[in-house]
Amino acid sequence: MFKIVERERVNPVVNKFVIESPIIAKKREPGQFVIFRLHEKGERIPITIADADPKAGTITVYVQELGKTTFEMGKMNAGDEIADVVGPLGLPTPIEKVEGDIFAVAGGVGSAEVLPIARKHKEVGNKVVAILGYRSKDIVILEEEFKSFADEVYITTDDGSYGREGFVTHELKDHLDKGRKIAEVIAVGPAIMMKVVSDLTRHYDVKTMVSLNSIMIDGTGMCGVCRVEVGGETRYACVHGPEFDGHKVNFDLMLKRLASFKEEEKISLDRYNAAVGGENG
Amino acid sequence: MADTKIPRQDIPKQTPEERRKNFNEVALGYNKELAQLEAQRCIQCKKPFCIEGCPVEIDIPAFIALIKEGDFDGALAKMREKNLLPGICGRVCPQEEQCEIKCVLQKRFGAVAIGRLERFIADYEIEQDKMVIPPVADPTGKKIAVVGSGPGGLTVAADLAKLGHKVTLYEALHAPGGVLVYGIPEFRLPKAIVSRECHILEEMGVELVTDFVVGRAATVDELFEQGFDAVYLGLGAGLPWFMNIPGENLAGVYSANEYLTRINLMKAYKFPEYDTPIRVGKKVAVVGGGNVAMDAVRSSIRMGADEAYIIYRRSRTELPAREEEIENAEEEGVIFQFLVNPVQYIGDDTGRVKQIELLKMELGEPDSSGRRRPVPIEGSEYKIDIDTVVVAIGNGANPLVPGTTPGLETNKWGNIVAEVETGKTSKKAVWAGGDIVTGAATVIEAMGAGRIAANSIHEYLTTGKW
Ligand SMILES: Cc1cc2nc3c(=O)[nH]c(=O)nc-3n(C[C@H](O)[C@H](O)[C@H](O)COP(=O)(O)OP(=O)(O)OC[C@H]3O[C@@H](n4cnc5c(N)ncnc54)[C@H](O)[C@@H]3O)c2cc1C
Ligand SMILES: Cc1cc2nc3c(=O)[nH]c(=O)nc-3n(C[C@H](O)[C@H](O)[C@H](O)COP(=O)(O)OP(=O)(O)OC[C@H]3O[C@@H](n4cnc5c(N)ncnc54)[C@H](O)[C@@H]3O)c2cc1C
Ligand code: SF4
Ligand code: SF4
Ligand code: FES
Repeated sequence: MFKIVERERVNPVVNKFVIESPIIAKKREPGQFVIFRLHEKGERIPITIADADPKAGTITVYVQELGKTTFEMGKMNAGDEIADVVGPLGLPTPIEKVEGDIFAVAGGVGSAEVLPIARKHKEVGNKVVAILGYRSKDIVILEEEFKSFADEVYITTDDGSYGREGFVTHELKDHLDKGRKIAEVIAVGPAIMMKVVSDLTRHYDVKTMVSLNSIMIDGTGMCGVCRVEVGGETRYACVHGPEFDGHKVNFDLMLKRLASFKEEEKISLDRYNAAVGGENG
Repeated sequence: MADTKIPRQDIPKQTPEERRKNFNEVALGYNKELAQLEAQRCIQCKKPFCIEGCPVEIDIPAFIALIKEGDFDGALAKMREKNLLPGICGRVCPQEEQCEIKCVLQKRFGAVAIGRLERFIADYEIEQDKMVIPPVADPTGKKIAVVGSGPGGLTVAADLAKLGHKVTLYEALHAPGGVLVYGIPEFRLPKAIVSRECHILEEMGVELVTDFVVGRAATVDELFEQGFDAVYLGLGAGLPWFMNIPGENLAGVYSANEYLTRINLMKAYKFPEYDTPIRVGKKVAVVGGGNVAMDAVRSSIRMGADEAYIIYRRSRTELPAREEEIENAEEEGVIFQFLVNPVQYIGDDTGRVKQIELLKMELGEPDSSGRRRPVPIEGSEYKIDIDTVVVAIGNGANPLVPGTTPGLETNKWGNIVAEVETGKTSKKAVWAGGDIVTGAATVIEAMGAGRIAANSIHEYLTTGKW
């Protein structure tokens, strides 16, 4: 059992959790994730480790409410216990001092996922530019966090209610067009967003890494559900990734695989809503 | 007196009509009368060949004699001397290729049903509701990390715990048992039996740590730094193979591991009561012919498929699955398509599989495995409509531990290299066994390898000699 020591609703759809997990807190590196199973009947869901406090023995995650399990987690509070937390999983992001700027580009809750990577880049002495995109003003998260260390922070919202109106790609394109020396773009967010970022940077021949959020079960390379096509080869996101060269990822296939259980997910959520008398989702 | 006139006793089963609709165990097991009748068939050989066929060397005639006399407690104790997991082996061992094939009665009268008797004794123990905890020697102060809680890891843990060593068993998943819990379905091996055996281990003082991935949460070297004196790697097989043909990544195409893990470990057959979904359509094609394929195809029927196919590239004679399971599958209405191989999967416009294209094969000359090699018949392609595919053609090795353990030698397939006689790897104080060394094999072979390694580990811990 893993105790939740802190829970905070950071926007209408995302909760921050601080969870006791001393082994993972000590060992984790930026880019790695955990898998939660909330209880005996729960499914296993992968979530990125946004931060950790090795001394306190805790990890921090940001979880967006999307379906049954994440809504259920959203109802958990400090003091509640999670049946299983496994990790750290996946390969750490390779981070070293490079020539040129690091562009951390995130969509929605992806900003929590790219946060530890961006911070570590800063720590090793790289110049870090963050471009964070959200649907609207009310779901902007972690702006202050990024501003506390990044060299530049740009916010975009789809509806223009905050920051620049438009998508992260609009902002990114301006920087590319200005001919800035960009060592690497790291894009984390919904698959469709990572696809459009990769499509954009391909034209400029700028290295782009994406963190693939494919469906997972074990996270140890045993089941194969997380497989993705990279450069024409089948790779397992949980052990070979989750980060891959965005220019080589077959996003169309990935998007289709993500929809594998759409109908079942709806059944699950409807049943959950009926049980809690809620209108989630 | 032994009586060879008594025929080999069949095991009562659920009828095919019933069992198509449930995940309950198919074979119901002997009752006392049947068990004692079967036990009378054993002629108590002076030189029992049957024992040679058992990788953990159970004293087979001795336990059978005790069953015959009605001393079931005695039979149980005899069994437990050598086998930690009788309820499991009695069910899933390929007895017909191991102990029973060596039985002297095999040719003329049919082998003594050793596996079924073994299972009877294990079930008797559960019925009595008594749990015999094997005695444990005084603590030696030595600490061993066993990585992976499949049958191999469980055996090493039990053997070393008995000798007084302190064992910590690390398991990546949330439940112990390895393939026994995530792969082999409930209808062949009830999960309650596996958790009971794991509980006995804990009673023996083994510390069970689930949710712990060695190579990530701690590397093997870090385990040594934490004070372990020896490490056993029983990681099992990993990374399911695909055939690298078009359409394999379409939605609705599963590896057998994914398919069975969803159903067994995550209990998707109880969805939506359990959260993990699975989608099993009306027409399921399972590619492969081993035990794994049989488990997948029979699960499909229970999940409500109208048509469930086995797609196998050789003929029935070459099917590697256990005969008993093939017959069960046939009774349950599985459709076998022999001498065909998939060439591609075709998807609909949402990216979900809707057809499989097959190529007919014929059998040519025997290959290196001694089985006749399937040769494609050109131009014989045809398609069948299906909505679910399960690829059950085997697994490679998991790179997680080898990739994080300097000095640990692997072969060209990624399997860990270990000495057959001892289980020793190329790295000091590290042993390995089971599927991670041999590639996919059997429960009892993994247990046999575990026993050998446990002996070697004990010797190392007492003499200090590597
Ligand atoms: C490596 C990795 C890191 C992730 N990090 C985060 C994070 O930090 N914060 C966050 O909010 N989300 C993260 N996700 C996504 C998160 O796992 C899914 O949103 C979650 O599993 C949805 O579960 P659900 O039951 O609430 O929704 P569901 O109703 O099950 O699904 C909603 C959608 O989420 C996706 N999904 C479903 N099951 C899984 C699964 N087992 N694994 C991955 N995706 C799935 C599918 O596209 C589905 O259509 C990450 C995913 C991966 C693979
Ligand atoms: C569907 C199916 C049906 C089968 N049917 C039969 C049958 O009828 N009869 C038979 O004899 N055999 C059968 N087998 C084969 C048999 O189950 C295996 O040969 C046997 O389980 C191998 O045992 P093992 O101890 O090597 O590993 P496994 O049982 O594979 O267990 C390995 C364990 O190690 C864990 N692990 C892996 N990596 C790590 C890590 N880094 N850190 C921590 N833990 C880790 C895994 O999660 C797993 O639990 C079947 C296999 C399958 C898949
Ligand atoms: S453990 Fe397996 S091989 Fe050994 S006697 Fe029992 S059934 Fe036969
Ligand atoms: S070989 Fe057969 S008959 Fe002889 S002891 Fe073994 S089981 Fe009995
Ligand atoms: S999640 Fe099962 S192999 Fe990656």
